Amino acid sequence: MKSATQIAADVRSGTSSATAELERTLTVIEQRNAELNVFLYVDVEGARAAAAQIDARVARGEDVGPLAGVPIALKDNLCQVGVPTTCSSKILDGWRPPYNATVIERLLDAGAVAVGKTNLDEFAMGSSTENSAFGPTRNPLDPSRVPGGSSGGSAAAVAADMTAVSLGSDTGGSIRQPAALCGLVGVKPTYGLVSRYGLIAFASSLDQIGPFAKTVADAALVLEVLAGHDARDSTSLPEPAPRLVAHVNDGVAGRRIGLVRELFDGADESVVASVRAAADALRAAGAEVVEVSIPELALTLSAYYLIAPAEASSNLARFDGVRYGLRVSAEDVTAMMEATRTAGFGAEVKRRIMLGTYALSAGYYDAYYGQALKVRTLTIDAFARAYQRVDLLLGATTPSVAFALGAKTADPMTMYLNDVFTIPTNLAGDPALSVPFGTGEAGLPVGVQLLGPGRSEARLFAAARVLEIADGRP
Amino acid sequence: MSDALSRDDVAKVARLARLVLSEDELDLYTEQLGQILEHARDMNSLDLTDVLPTAHPFGVTNVVREDVVTPSLDREVVLAMAPHAVDHRFAVPRILGEAP
Repeated sequence: MKSATQIAADVRSGTSSATAELERTLTVIEQRNAELNVFLYVDVEGARAAAAQIDARVARGEDVGPLAGVPIALKDNLCQVGVPTTCSSKILDGWRPPYNATVIERLLDAGAVAVGKTNLDEFAMGSSTENSAFGPTRNPLDPSRVPGGSSGGSAAAVAADMTAVSLGSDTGGSIRQPAALCGLVGVKPTYGLVSRYGLIAFASSLDQIGPFAKTVADAALVLEVLAGHDARDSTSLPEPAPRLVAHVNDGVAGRRIGLVRELFDGADESVVASVRAAADALRAAGAEVVEVSIPELALTLSAYYLIAPAEASSNLARFDGVRYGLRVSAEDVTAMMEATRTAGFGAEVKRRIMLGTYALSAGYYDAYYGQALKVRTLTIDAFARAYQRVDLLLGATTPSVAFALGAKTADPMTMYLNDVFTIPTNLAGDPALSVPFGTGEAGLPVGVQLLGPGRSEARLFAAARVLEIADGRP
Repeated sequence: MSDALSRDDVAKVARLARLVLSEDELDLYTEQLGQILEHARDMNSLDLTDVLPTAHPFGVTNVVREDVVTPSLDREVVLAMAPHAVDHRFAVPRILGEAP
């Protein structure tokens, strides 16, 4: 499988064409989608028209952009004009957005070809892509196992060589966790770096859009296109996109990197071994690696599972059968809303809406939501103190390699514990990425996580590139 | 923190969230939500009296733009996706009681 960087270079030089690259993608989707359930919708006609247009522009000698002719898969919580957007929920079945997400506009402006929409846990709530109204996605590396979630479809699209790159969203680990389980690079950018305009909101103080890729350079290439201020998202950082691709090979010489005990304690042996081997590889490349402890991280799972549901309960109030999506008829408006929401939402979404409603309700607000926001402050302060002493932090992305379908669906807490290493960064608003390093049980990939302070993406990519080389992917 | 979550609490929360639960679902969610809230009680181990709640991770404050008219989505385009529209408006079943 060609990298996105290579596809763009080939299309720009005329060695390949956007049409040829797209047809290859469509062939693989045709071969594997029925088994893996990666795409909920493939926009064959729209993608072919877009590819033909790219080719015509190349033929005229135009610069079509850094992602020239690169087919890309999009998580189905991103709005694309005229293309069904479901959030893997029955409540949005049949809805076609009247506008594009900013990230989609930027991808198209950069020459990318949007291929279709990928499966997710309903409204991005889950860690296995089993909570989808349209059935689970399977892990291309072992179809008896989950791809992780909630961006499991976007991870599987790249792992199955359908596309070289894809987009996901990460609220508590929904890009990094499936990247780890599918053997990919996955990036959760700094809060505010990438516009969320057109991303259907789950937890607005945590959600960020980011890329999946096979290589660090491809992830940097896509993120550079996505980043930068957007007036249509009031949380967008008021600054231009950072240069990322240019820094991928900066290395880690002289960097101080903290190996965080709380970010691998309790993980499977093979995961811990990978994290320690990654620390050695960074050391060998000239970094100083020190062991650190951030005890405050122990409370972040609890805080997250109050803050995210609280915000979700508010964000998902808009799905009431009035303006878009499903409506189940009833004699008065309240009964209509109840019937619509009861029929439209799946079990996990209902669970989180109720948890959030409870955490925000009179008499419980201070004890639950208020307390969680204070724990969030402690988390931010604890990370800030750590970054006074080190440039980056290192830990595991997930407690284990990809697990079997159905293994963790019986009890919500068991599933939530999958996110224990990824959640802290979301609370802090800082960037983090997962990069494959070594293998674990059954030869499946292990992801190690690199974390940095706000706006440290270039530094993170450089360190990830060192690990990529050390792991045998020059 | 407060006492354990009761079945009545869950029923009340479901009503507030405009969800209808069966008797079995009430039992299930009371147990599951209770477990999650029980886990959250570990936050009680800390004295957080003097800690301020987080409003924004980077302290970004309200963002405003110039008060100028810009184009918005065309009304017909938006209404085309509505479950029911009448006379260029979203239509819903009756909200108040019987018409006088």
